[in-house]
Amino acid sequence: MSVTASLAVGDVLPTQTYTVRRSDLIRYAGASGDFNPIHWSDRVATSVGLPGVIAHGMFTMALAARAVDTWTEGAEVVDFGCKFTSPVVVPDDDEGTDVEVRGTVKDVTDGLVTIALEVTCHNVKVLGMPKAVVRV
Amino acid sequence: MPVDADLVGREFPATAPYTVSAEKIREFVTASGATYDVTRAGGAAPATFPIVLAFDAMFAFLDAEEIDLFRIVHGDQKFAYVRPIVPGDVLSATLTVASLRQIGGADIIGTKSEIRDAAGDLVCSTSATLVHRGADA
Repeated sequence: MSVTASLAVGDVLPTQTYTVRRSDLIRYAGASGDFNPIHWSDRVATSVGLPGVIAHGMFTMALAARAVDTWTEGAEVVDFGCKFTSPVVVPDDDEGTDVEVRGTVKDVTDGLVTIALEVTCHNVKVLGMPKAVVRV
Repeated sequence: MPVDADLVGREFPATAPYTVSAEKIREFVTASGATYDVTRAGGAAPATFPIVLAFDAMFAFLDAEEIDLFRIVHGDQKFAYVRPIVPGDVLSATLTVASLRQIGGADIIGTKSEIRDAAGDLVCSTSATLVHRGADA
């Protein structure tokens, strides 16, 4: 039986913690094609009112997807969405910042499992209503 | 300068065909710190990979409208997948401006993009809200 087939409503999935450093943002910029300078230049980021370089929202969403992949052993995702409610500020140092991804199984119907996510940085939710639906 | 209200409903030209490779998927997967698991059915791409196509369409739209990328932040993103994306797929994205409103000097631009394969079949529908902070915002 696959991991996803054993998921039941109410299951709380193991929290995944990912460290994000400036170098990760540079790498993601290259892989995704999003070279918006607010993700690598403090000068540009602060000029548009941000506290400093912030992670790509899509990078944070990719981390959330990575957690879902870990929990479901790479099950097919059929629906995935979130709002970007608070920026993940990434300092220019070697430590970076931690993003934590939590998940709870909300629904299991007709071979589809709905996982409600909670994604935080310094205990602040950075994604709004992140949710993934995977096929069992 | 606010974004032109006439944009709503406008469909932009499809992006140039993009051939998905295992190497590109691996690059994307490893950029999020994960390992590319080729045992996933057909070496399928991870859930957020279609953003590569959606970005192509979005950048073309921003260029056409002379909107500065650095004034854009991402408001939300949704994906609905018809099937997984696998190496060998030849994909193209078509972006439509779905909505536009102004809040406190910022333009809130709702976009929808359809990602289709070489046969023209829908692979993934995405929607994104882009928040554009004008120079005087």
